[in-house]
Amino acid sequence: MVPIEHIMVFTGALFCLGVYGVMARRNAVLVLMAIELMLNAVAINLVAFGTLVYPGQINGMVFAIFVVTIAAAELGLGLAIVLRVYRMRSSINVDDIDLMRW
Amino acid sequence: MELSAVAFYVVAGVTLVAALGVVVARSVVYAALLLILSLVMTGLIYLLLLADFLALIQILVYGGTVSILLLFALMLTPPETRPELNHRGWALGAVTSGALFALLLVASLADKWPAAGAARHISLVDLGRALFSTWAVPFEVASVVLLVALLGALTIARSTSPGSKIARRASA
Repeated sequence: MVPIEHIMVFTGALFCLGVYGVMARRNAVLVLMAIELMLNAVAINLVAFGTLVYPGQINGMVFAIFVVTIAAAELGLGLAIVLRVYRMRSSINVDDIDLMRW
Repeated sequence: MELSAVAFYVVAGVTLVAALGVVVARSVVYAALLLILSLVMTGLIYLLLLADFLALIQILVYGGTVSILLLFALMLTPPETRPELNHRGWALGAVTSGALFALLLVASLADKWPAAGAARHISLVDLGRALFSTWAVPFEVASVVLLVALLGALTIARSTSPGSKIARRASA
């Protein structure tokens, strides 16, 4: 199997692509997609450490299952909020959602 | 190099290219389709890391549900005009994520992790036992979180435009 460092570099790259997506995109659905990328990168890292560094221990996989659960809940709520904002302002541009700006 | 390592590098490369496509694509539908590809490839990586149950979950939850949810959301929120997909400040995001990646690269390669011997497959029976004994409380909390998220999403997304049934009932 590959060394753990290579997996860490891979997941780091995936996470940074997600960070770029969150910072660069204006469409709220695209921002949510980038957040999914970041969550996935973290889950891969947890599983990789569980399998390669602590073989036989189950915690990494359990954490990854919880990450998948929370990601599903987050995406459902996020898309509900996006739909609501679209109905209120007929736009899902994150620059337009400035109700709480002073 | 053994076969599983070659497979990992190929799958990881496809995942990274697809993820790059998600954040730079000019069309939201292409971005969503590339995200599906990237998430399914993540499932293959779980398979290579001997987490077969997680690979199944990944493909069921992300490949099925999440991708359909995202595509529905894209169809329900059409922009009036063809909008610019990126902020004006996208360069700042590129610099920030590049710097973060450099930091992560240094941090990942700085330490030598101990070689822990052969990776072992964890059976589904052991996983289920751990979930319902050691991790029983977080498991139940996760189910409550899912229930609350479901109710919250319903409450937020339902129609309250004037004249709708819910709005009339609320004002009565």
